[in-house]
Amino acid sequence: MSPNSRLGTTVMVLLASAALSACASKAPKQLPPDPGAAVATDTTPGAMQGPAPGSQADFAATLMGQDTILFDTDQFNIDSADMAALTAQAQWLQKYPGKNATIEGHCDERGTRDYNLALGERRANAAKNYLVSLGVDAARVSTVSYGKERPAAMGSDEASWARNRRSVTVTID
Amino acid sequence: MMFRSLSIFAAVLAAPALAQQVSPPAALAPPAPAPTEEGGLSGSVSDESDWQDLGIAIPSFATDADVATQTSAGSTAALGRSVAQIITADLKNNGLFKPVGPDALPQPGFTQIQSPDFASWKTRSAEMLVQGYVRAASDGQLTVGCYLYDVALSQQLAKAGWTVVPGEWRRAAHKCADMVYARLSGESPFFDSKVAYIAETGPKNRRMKRLAIMDSDGANHRYLTTGQATALTPRYSPDYKSIMYLSYLNGNPRIYAYDLASASQRLITQSRNPTFAPRWSPDGKWVLYSMATGGNTDIYRISAAGGGTPIKLTDGPGIDIGGSFSPDGSKIVFESDRSGSQQVYVMNADGSGQRRISFFGGRAATPEWSPRGDQIAFTYIGGNFRIAVMSPSGGDLRYLTDSWQDEAPTWSPNGRIVQFFRTARGSGRTGIWQVDLTGRNERRLATPVDGSDPAWGPVRP
Repeated sequence: MSPNSRLGTTVMVLLASAALSACASKAPKQLPPDPGAAVATDTTPGAMQGPAPGSQADFAATLMGQDTILFDTDQFNIDSADMAALTAQAQWLQKYPGKNATIEGHCDERGTRDYNLALGERRANAAKNYLVSLGVDAARVSTVSYGKERPAAMGSDEASWARNRRSVTVTID
Repeated sequence: MMFRSLSIFAAVLAAPALAQQVSPPAALAPPAPAPTEEGGLSGSVSDESDWQDLGIAIPSFATDADVATQTSAGSTAALGRSVAQIITADLKNNGLFKPVGPDALPQPGFTQIQSPDFASWKTRSAEMLVQGYVRAASDGQLTVGCYLYDVALSQQLAKAGWTVVPGEWRRAAHKCADMVYARLSGESPFFDSKVAYIAETGPKNRRMKRLAIMDSDGANHRYLTTGQATALTPRYSPDYKSIMYLSYLNGNPRIYAYDLASASQRLITQSRNPTFAPRWSPDGKWVLYSMATGGNTDIYRISAAGGGTPIKLTDGPGIDIGGSFSPDGSKIVFESDRSGSQQVYVMNADGSGQRRISFFGGRAATPEWSPRGDQIAFTYIGGNFRIAVMSPSGGDLRYLTDSWQDEAPTWSPNGRIVQFFRTARGSGRTGIWQVDLTGRNERRLATPVDGSDPAWGPVRP
């Protein structure tokens, strides 16, 4: 799953709940001519409340894209933007101390396969180490490298490669 | 599979007319060049134009009696035609000689196999003639005889015979092609060998990757894994009994040893850390693997039989990965980014004496030591990704390919051909290719679906 599709899902969920709450506030002022099945289906209590607190969906919704941090070519250092994202991740993890997370390390396609597997592992560990430095228990965070096997952007250009050199934090429901 | 019982019996051949001892082809061929120890010697890339232009006629192999066989090719007569076609394809597809196959030639009779009609072959401007026969035994086994003649001299140059079970009949054709190639070129044989690789399907971000094997000519293709777990970077054991590869089984990338006879697999090390880049020693006794600990990857050596304590060969910050033994097993060439970018290093097999050998612009990755010892093939990264070779001391850099992304070279058993995989820009589609050590005869291998990570095994005994 790419961070983009996850972000897309989050946006849709937020829009949906906004629309529903608007409906809900107006509903008492209008007499519904017909208890429409479609409306009833959409206004389930779960949808009204958004993602369950502490779930991966909640993590993604809270982080707003900061579940992903990006790296320069062949690099694995944590820059200031990464620090802000990882700090937000750490805050969520500290809010839900029972939740564990996996950090996926990825590379762009312009590297040899073995090296990219090792580099992805290095990036995931760099992100993990920063979370640990912020007080997250190391035992709660695992890493997995996908090397160049799971690109988020499909193109063979600098913009796509920049998006693919990343680590993505996924919490475990 | 019953490898032992299926093994080919060289020199079993009884000639059609009179039985006699036959020398195995290796005895007839000049010995392969001795492995060159590193010392800055240039690679021995001989000019092959002399023998490459030889015209070779390969008519259908004859049979003493056209009887049914248990092979996919049909009766012994049909099998004789298929054998000649396979020999022709082996030579033609690799740009070796100028072979003419059975479809364009008259078919010699069984009695002519040992006494060719040289006069008529001379009129066809054939310089060399490959003839043979197929005979079925009552137990279903097949005997294939193979003869190489110099037409101008009206002289026999080589002969050999093999008895095979029906399921391995193609091997007899490859052995014959190997005999012809070795006798005429002076090089070591390579056709009777197999390739493990990764078969790829699906979109770029969700590629299904399956472990697969095939003969050197693409025949006998077989998938070994279902694709539910991503499979990467296979390596055939030197005895072809097992394959080590990386699998995401259970979610984490780790190296498994897959046993072909039992279709079962085991982790090569019980560590929970990710392991990458499996490699066999030439004698099959040792395995190299690379393992990440806290993001730092180093190369380890362990007994291939399992058990024993892994020996850590590299130690230090950075990614040390891969590794390929010299043919005598005394040295290992590997890749490291300890200098800041991927470069090629050599060390002794115990990890001592590590030193960088690649000193040119760009990066150098995935080194593989030639089975002849005189060359190291690697992925040159400088803008595009190209297959290149250098001497074991790092000199004599030569590019073999020039494309957008070629990577992961693997040597033919005789060190004359390099196989690799090529990735297409944009689509991410992959294919297995090969090229001569001279940089000539670049071609794509036919595979049922896209392919990557080829690993060429040794010539079968």
